[in-house]
This record gives sequence, C-alpha cells and structure tokens, in this order.
Amino acid sequence: MSLEFTSSEMMSVTAARALTNDMTCFVGIGLPSEAANLARLTHAPDVTLIYESGTLQTKPDVLPLSIGDGELCESALTTVSVPEMFRYWLQGGHISVGFLGTAQIDRYANLNTTLIGDYREPKVRLPGGGGAPEIATNAHEVFITVKHSKRTFVKDVDFVTTVGFGRDGKARDNVPNIGRGPTVVITDLCILKPDPQTKELVVTSLHPGVTREQVIEATGWEIRFADELATTPEPSAKELEVLRDLKARTNAHHAGQQ
Amino acid sequence: MAEFLSLKEAVSRHISDGDTVAMEGFTHLIPFAAGHEIIRQKKRDLTLIRMTPDLVYDQMIGAGCASKLIFSWGGNPGVGSLHRLRDAVERGWPNKLDILEHSHAAMACAYEAGAAGLPLAVLRGYVGSDLPKVNDQIKFIECPFTGEKLAAVPSVRPDVSVVHAQRADRKGNVLVEGIIGIQKEAVLAAKRSIVTVEEVVDDLGASANACVLPSWAVTAIAEAPKGAKPSYALGYYDRDNAFYKEWDGIARDRDVFQKWLNDNVFENGGA
Repeated sequence: MSLEFTSSEMMSVTAARALTNDMTCFVGIGLPSEAANLARLTHAPDVTLIYESGTLQTKPDVLPLSIGDGELCESALTTVSVPEMFRYWLQGGHISVGFLGTAQIDRYANLNTTLIGDYREPKVRLPGGGGAPEIATNAHEVFITVKHSKRTFVKDVDFVTTVGFGRDGKARDNVPNIGRGPTVVITDLCILKPDPQTKELVVTSLHPGVTREQVIEATGWEIRFADELATTPEPSAKELEVLRDLKARTNAHHAGQQ
Repeated sequence: MAEFLSLKEAVSRHISDGDTVAMEGFTHLIPFAAGHEIIRQKKRDLTLIRMTPDLVYDQMIGAGCASKLIFSWGGNPGVGSLHRLRDAVERGWPNKLDILEHSHAAMACAYEAGAAGLPLAVLRGYVGSDLPKVNDQIKFIECPFTGEKLAAVPSVRPDVSVVHAQRADRKGNVLVEGIIGIQKEAVLAAKRSIVTVEEVVDDLGASANACVLPSWAVTAIAEAPKGAKPSYALGYYDRDNAFYKEWDGIARDRDVFQKWLNDNVFENGGA
C-alpha cells in the first residue's frame, strides 16, 4: 500500500533528490532551503550548503526563517563577509548549484521577484532580487522549486529579475563565463526541464496521481510534455519522516522564540 | 580615535537632515536602537542605504525619516512584505519614497569599492536582468584586457554608517562576530560612523583573525545593550522570530503602526 503524502511533501522530496553529495549549493530561503536540508538529512549528508549571509558548509538543525538566522552561523564550517561570499565564492566559480524559488516564472525559466504590474506603478511590490540575479548566472547550474499555479507560471514575466534563458531563450548564447542556467524546475505537480534546443520548459515527469490536464490548467502558456513522460517516484517513508520532523521542530522553534 | 557618546548624543551630533545614511547588519546585529533614536529625533529627508531594509527601515520609513532608499532586497525575511515600505512606494505615505534598486552582489561590491576609496565597482552581474532598465546607476563596461562586458555601479559612500557590534574595549576598538555581513565595509566607506555595542569591556578577547574595527577607523561608539533586538547578537541573545511574524500585522495598518511607534519608540524607548 502506498503512503499518504501531500503535494507539498512530494515537491520537497523531489527537489531534495535533485541534490547529490558532491554538490556545493547556494541556497535560497523558503522551499529551496527546505529541500536542501532534507537532502542533507537523507541521501546527501555531505552536500555543502551555503547561504548568502556568509555561512559556508552550514548544517542547521531547524530551517532558518531568514537568510541569516543564528542557527546557520553556529552550525557552519566558517562564516565570511557578504562581499567575500558574492565575489570569491559565487563569482569566483565555486558554486555548482544555485537553488532558487520565485514569485513568477515564465516559459524560458526567467524569474520575477520584483513586482507585478508596471515598475513605476506596481500592482504588487515584491521584495526584489537579492542574491538571485548573480546566483543564476555565476552558479554552474540552477535548480528552481516553486508551487505550480497560473499566477506563478506565466507566459512572460512582468519583470526579469533573474535570467533563465531570456525572453527569446537565447540570453546565454555567446555570453562568456556564464553558468548553464536552469536545468530543472520542480513543482508540486511535476518536473520540468528546458528543451535542449529552444530552452522552453517542457514537462518531463508527472508526480503520482497528477494528470496532464491539471498541469495544463495550472500553467499560463501552452505547456508541452516530453514524448517519454515519466512518473516521479513517490516519497519513501524515511523521507517523509525526516521532512515532517524537520518541519515540526522548525515550527516549534519559530513560534516559541520570545 | 572613536569618541564614546550616549546614543542620543551620537545621533544628534553625527546625523543631519538630508544625510545619506547606511545602517547595515545582514539579518544579524541590525542597529534597531540607533534606528529608534533617529525616529525620536525626527530626522528627515534621509537617503537610506541598506542591502536588506528589514523592519528597522520599515519603521524609519513609516515614521517619515526617509525620502530615498537604495537597496537590494526589501522584505520581511521569511514572512513577506515590508508594508510601511510598500505604502511609501505605492501610495506616498507618510511621504513619497524614491527607490534605487540593485542586486545583492552589486551592493556588496559597491560597499567594498567605497571602503577601498574607488569611484565604482565592477562585477560580472545583471546578465539578462531588467534591473538595469529601471536603475540608471547600473552601466556596462568592457574589460580593457579581455573585452568581456561587465556591470559597473557607483561605489557607496555614505555620509554616515551605523552598525551594531558585540563589544568595544575601553580604547574604542570594536569586535564583530558571527555573521559579519557588510558592516566593516559600510564603516570604512562612510565619512562618519556610529557603532553601537552590547557592552564595553576591558579586553575584546578577539582571535587573531577576528573582524575588528580599530578605534581610529570609527567616529563614535555608544553602548546600547539589546541594541539589535528583535534581530540578534550572537553570544548575547537570539533573533526574535516571533516578533518578525507579528510585525506583519502591526505594519499592515497605518493606525496600528502609529500606535506601536508611539508606545514602543516615543513613549517607552530610549535611554
């Protein structure tokens, strides 16, 4: 009998599986942080996690609410200054994976975390780029994890905060010293990867029980499916247990602090 | 040499209306006590610089201290929006706030260039991003040696930088520990600096590679215990994550915010 799990848990477990032990991962807060730490607590105990606050090789026991919680520094191998983090470690080419979330993503995996609407008169003003614009270009590759909805998956983002492959899919062509860009997008419904030629995101795997119609309904462009569409493996009992424990102690930690 | 002053005196003497002020602390050691003193002294028309505006700038912007903000990520970390910042940008309350928006990498480089006395910073940045379209302070130059196209931004040179640290010794040397962020660069880039500290001690107890700001590189030091709350000071107290969540409700409503400001900054704040 298969296990009971939510679509959010499916997403986190699948995103965690994208990381391997030998990766050095620059981690964004929120879903990427949850997935990266789940990977570290399950199949990839030696994955190197780095946060932009300067913590190198950190092993937090609870997920940080912010990018610079004390937990990250206290469990890190060392902590460096923010300029050192961006200049030496990221721009210097030492990061294999940038792991990002987003508010909006388009068919060429461009990310918008700046605003909805017009820049000078925004409908919704979002926090902004932070570290993402350069993580996306200086890391060797980029993983993205985000919940799937029509509001998030739009044909064209309102603002390119962080480049995927540009509005024409060609933004990385002939640019020297740039990473490969997004190689996988993991949602609560499916896994998407860029088409090797056009760079448009294509669904390569559906999560168990998810239909093509559900993905079509949650995507703001005419989404394509790979010829050989896979089914994502279900979470294991161990993965679910570790994830639930991590979330429970994280919630208790952040609620109880006064 | 750094001069020991009360926080009130340090802010009064070194921060003037119209100044460009950087208050740094990357999540850790955010100088809240100094921010509240600036609010109490009703400083106006400040250009505020900060990588991650955080609650301290939400409070200062909501209190009417700022006319311009230079930043790279303006949210309540892990919680959502800074509602006072949004109200000022979207609806001009309590006054219009101009924004100049960067990425973290660019601001980190700009502070570092400021500390190094250079007019600009160069980075491999902003590739494919729309940010250069809305910020005329982002340009692209060609490397004279390789021909590579690189981003250039002006260095950050604040009139005043304000940071918080764990300790100062009696000579005015300052020790910063833990997540050291961009504080050292902010102080060295500025014309004047105010450092608030948890305590003044006989001996800093600094290791050979510790982040230390020597007394002669700092303008003023003010003792401000718990001066980073609700952020945190490693070794002294934890981040009050519950308050960061609570702030979302306080800041959403102008009246609730103003009551909070009166109760916590004007009535019960300060030395």
